[in-house]
Amino acid sequence: MNTRRITRRDALKAFSAGAVVSSLSACATMGQKNIGRVVVVGAGYGGATAAKYLRLWSDGAVDVTLVEPSEAFISCPMSNLVLGGSKVLADVTVGYSGLDKHGVKRVRDTVSAIDVDKKQVRLASGGMLPYDRLVVAPGIEFMYDRLQGWSSAGEATVLHAWKAGPQTVALRKQLTDMKDGGVAVMSFPLAPYRCPPGPYERACQIAWYLKQSKPKSKLIVLDANPDYVSKKPLFSRVFGEDYKGIVEYRVNAPVNEIDLKTGTLVTEIGDRVRADVINLIPPQRAANIARDAGLITANNRWCDVNWTSMESIKVPNVHVLGDATLSAPGMPKSGHMANQHGKAAAAAIIELLNGRAVVPPMMANTCYSFVDDRNAVHVDSVHRWVPEKKTLEPVAGAGGISSQDRASWALEGAYAQSWATTIWADMLS
Amino acid sequence: MKTRRITACAFALPLLAGAAHAQQTADADTRSAALLASNCANCHGTLGNAQGAMPSLAGQQKTYIVEQMRAFRDGKRPATIMHQLAKGYTDQQIELIAEFFSRQKSAR
Repeated sequence: MNTRRITRRDALKAFSAGAVVSSLSACATMGQKNIGRVVVVGAGYGGATAAKYLRLWSDGAVDVTLVEPSEAFISCPMSNLVLGGSKVLADVTVGYSGLDKHGVKRVRDTVSAIDVDKKQVRLASGGMLPYDRLVVAPGIEFMYDRLQGWSSAGEATVLHAWKAGPQTVALRKQLTDMKDGGVAVMSFPLAPYRCPPGPYERACQIAWYLKQSKPKSKLIVLDANPDYVSKKPLFSRVFGEDYKGIVEYRVNAPVNEIDLKTGTLVTEIGDRVRADVINLIPPQRAANIARDAGLITANNRWCDVNWTSMESIKVPNVHVLGDATLSAPGMPKSGHMANQHGKAAAAAIIELLNGRAVVPPMMANTCYSFVDDRNAVHVDSVHRWVPEKKTLEPVAGAGGISSQDRASWALEGAYAQSWATTIWADMLS
Repeated sequence: MKTRRITACAFALPLLAGAAHAQQTADADTRSAALLASNCANCHGTLGNAQGAMPSLAGQQKTYIVEQMRAFRDGKRPATIMHQLAKGYTDQQIELIAEFFSRQKSAR
């Protein structure tokens, strides 16, 4: 009861101060049950899911404002198929309007600052949003400062395409513009990075395109890791059987220098790789808004959270989701996992706003990777709360990867497509 | 704890049969079951209503879901992925998940 009274008073205070963005009516929730205000920063797999489930599971009692600068959601999972050419960007794009029927207030803006003491976020447009609980689902920032020879001049030509969008389309164009007999190179960092199997799927997609359209061409894959990070028995087989003579896979090949003039990557041990198309995926950390709010706690890169509630271990009332978190043991930085983070946070926030104890969540992960235009392979895991270790851990004996039976990969391709449309609906419809 | 929870749930849920979502989230055990079952929603849809080739779980018989999960887990029903995921959940959790989905409305 106290919570409700405080919330109303705060809302009135904010309203009278003119601090509430005009499109957000503080009055809209005045006449009904309201247990608190939550602002969600970022509408990716984690943030959008949290926003929807906060409304769904509280029966509308939590006031939810979702701040996101993009007009529509563009999915990283499935976006490698745009590079292969079997999909276009519109196929992996979903609008946000489906959240309206749940009563999520959408604000198309960027959060420029978070004041964790006053419990409010500042918008780039100048508005201010107060919160009782804040959800920060900011995604990643690339660490170009780790790359010698890098300058902003490289941004237009040396693409990461590791945030789906214009770069995905631009990289596809570079590949279609490349002459037959050309060389493409992709480089990716040491784990942890966003989407462990993603680079290998991307290699398959680029190789599949080259095999169809430019069979004299080559793709050099520079893996910074000592071995395949994910699905080794599957990807190593596909590289060797399907893309023999096209994919040249090298391990222990972190790139720490680039010559933008000649289009050359230099690996740690001094190997120089010149290519017509360079896809450079730099090391990553939690995005700037998380850093600026003091949420980064591990290696200057990731945000440690309490895995029962997703609340920051450092900043009270702030919950961090998705790739920005310091992953629990055996937990991948995936969109699927971020969706599970969003649900765990939503459930916990509702309990906390009601003054009740939080129930530790179970989480599951599934990542499908397409090895060509229609066949897919998966990795999956289930994660449970281990009280004595105060973290989530994979359940021993559960989870695994696809069988080597290629006949099942076509069925998994159909499931992978259904996974995408279902999870997009789970977060956005 | 687990036994207590199941008992409380079995007691509470019949009262909620056919009830709206508002009532379904009213008690602690149902909220726990909703969170647990949301593990499945990524592939099987919010409240068990899936898209495309993925099977929906909303409105399925509880006994059917429990039997299938056990068959996946014990290797008696072949699968691409469910034989691996089913091993991650206890019998009690499977019961809670099955109970939850059996009470959801199928959109199909």
